[in-house]
Amino acid sequence: MNEAQLVGILASIMAQSAPLILAVIGETITERAGVINLSLDGTMLIGAMAGFVVAYKVSGSLEAVGIAGDTIPVLVGFAVAALIGALAALLIAWGSIRLKQDQVAIGFVLTLLLADLANFLGQNYTRIPGPRVTHLPIPYLSDIPFIGPLLFRHDLFIYLTIITVGIVWWWLFQTQPGLQMRGVGERPEAAFVRGVKVNRTRYLYAALGGALVGIAGAGYSLDIKLGWSDNHILGIGWIALAIVIFGGWRPVRGALGAILYGITKAVAQILQSTFPEVPVVLFNSLQWLLMLGVLLLVGSEGIKRLIDISPRWLQGPLAHALRVAPPKSLGRAFIEE
Amino acid sequence: MKDNLLHNLWRVVPVLMAVGVTTALLIVVGASPGVTYSALWQGSFGDYDRTFSTLAFWVPLLLCAVGLLVTFTTGLWNIGVEGQMIMGAIGASAVALEVAAAYPDIPGWVIVPLEIVVAMIAGTMWAALAAILKTRGGVHEIFGGVALNNLAIIATNYLISGPWQPPEGGSFRGTVPFPRHALLPLLGNTRFSPLSLVLALIALLLVVLALRGTSWGLKLKALGKNMRSAFLLGVSSERGAITAMMLCGALAGLAGAVRVLSWFDSLRQSISGGIGFLAILIVLLAGMRPLGVLVISLIFSGLLTGGAVVQLRTQLHSAISGIIQGTLVLFVLLFGDPHRVFRRPQPTVEAEAET
Repeated sequence: MNEAQLVGILASIMAQSAPLILAVIGETITERAGVINLSLDGTMLIGAMAGFVVAYKVSGSLEAVGIAGDTIPVLVGFAVAALIGALAALLIAWGSIRLKQDQVAIGFVLTLLLADLANFLGQNYTRIPGPRVTHLPIPYLSDIPFIGPLLFRHDLFIYLTIITVGIVWWWLFQTQPGLQMRGVGERPEAAFVRGVKVNRTRYLYAALGGALVGIAGAGYSLDIKLGWSDNHILGIGWIALAIVIFGGWRPVRGALGAILYGITKAVAQILQSTFPEVPVVLFNSLQWLLMLGVLLLVGSEGIKRLIDISPRWLQGPLAHALRVAPPKSLGRAFIEE
Repeated sequence: MKDNLLHNLWRVVPVLMAVGVTTALLIVVGASPGVTYSALWQGSFGDYDRTFSTLAFWVPLLLCAVGLLVTFTTGLWNIGVEGQMIMGAIGASAVALEVAAAYPDIPGWVIVPLEIVVAMIAGTMWAALAAILKTRGGVHEIFGGVALNNLAIIATNYLISGPWQPPEGGSFRGTVPFPRHALLPLLGNTRFSPLSLVLALIALLLVVLALRGTSWGLKLKALGKNMRSAFLLGVSSERGAITAMMLCGALAGLAGAVRVLSWFDSLRQSISGGIGFLAILIVLLAGMRPLGVLVISLIFSGLLTGGAVVQLRTQLHSAISGIIQGTLVLFVLLFGDPHRVFRRPQPTVEAEAET
């Protein structure tokens, strides 16, 4: 394998990981504010279906009046997917905040219901070609060796995903509203006495995060795994939920987790073609075994022991880098009184 | 008194909302609700054959739901019930293919109980794995369950396309049919095994009695309600969680055996049929009421078998069954309790400060 091939593979992993990154970022935001959106799998499926079908329909009607091009249809598709994702997350937040019901229960029902809805409403649009996000290499930047092909020869969806990671990190850790939002997820009582409107904050970030999850779904059908079919991307939402935990509810680490997942999948694919005698089942199981392994590492005392046996000068930074603790009030309703 | 009557009347409201939403959806996609609902009825309880199909589908659904009564009591989200059922199906298939087919002299009254026992052990082990991952590894049972479900599906596909592939090859859909005497005794030409229904009803009875009348049940309840009070009572949360999961896994394993030994006659790719997830919805809807579990699982089974007929007759996607079930559970969860729906918003400190 020469360098060009390697860069090509890495660039493709980067592109393939983009929707997953976006979903992880979205859920990270929602959970940071204290709401668990367990409907990710269903939300992404219906986002993928709605994004594609809406873009397909809009494209058809625009062509009828003589306007060609994929840009407008794709934008409308993403917008509708974002709206659906936000509504699903708002429903969970509302059920928890206003009706005091279990977020996990509502999220679980929603994930099944939305998947069924996606398959039901999308059944006449399976396996047809449709509009897609246009390839858009960035002039000059894309000529930089290594970095250029890796980061700057993609399309707007992927550039915006990368930028989103940065913005969300900055917002969470460098701004006043971000601090308040983390406070709402950690200690809502304390945030409340400091004048933060706890439930309003939760609605806001649940909706924002949900919108990103919806967009992530459409990112598959309009860019990465084009088109729609029954259960088009079933299972990826659960992977995203696990990566949020792996990422320790931090955007940059979550994004790295998503890329790591992409690398593992790519490596498995390469190994599979190199060693055809190894049963495919092993490679198929890999992502789920990986999910278990990673959650074990995070959940058990493994990391703590790793820190304990490392040299003392490394313990501080390591503890900071590897620490995972869920927002303390995750999934708990808050009564303002 | 009047309050009670109103509350009982209110129970109908979420159901009406679900029917309303589904009907609206059908109209939006240009289907006739009348034709769809009648196809749904015809396909579930319309004639003897269909009714027995619904009953045959009902048994594994009921078994999984009964198992989930135990885990939900303990406060556990056993999403892995689907995988536990699949492992049960694999266990029963192993006996049918490796023992019954190889030693045709062994009579059915030995083979079938053996299949059931192996299936229940397989389901139990798969559940124990999820439980230990939770108690020892800190992996939440929802994520452990999802991963183990997918691994069970992959194992099925591997067996069907590998060691247990039919000699003609070609088909990836399932193994060769099991010998007749390795199947559960079936009623006439139907896929319904009355024996399996009896087993499921006994399981329901035993579980309800155990949860209500024994100190073991009380401990599980204490665990489900509040980990701290259970701790103070000296209940081991680890042992409670593991036994609850294992019991559920055993019943799910039995459900898997019923799937391969009555509904099918072989191990298939579509072995789960979404039964495990559906069972979770049933328990969410019925709560801890055994009669509710019994009735709702029968209705949901009818909806699902009817969905196939809807697809056949009207070209609508069979997911319509899931949509009816999903909206029903969602609306009951959200709006089922009138106290919470009509609670007058308390004046908050915030609001007072603003005025």
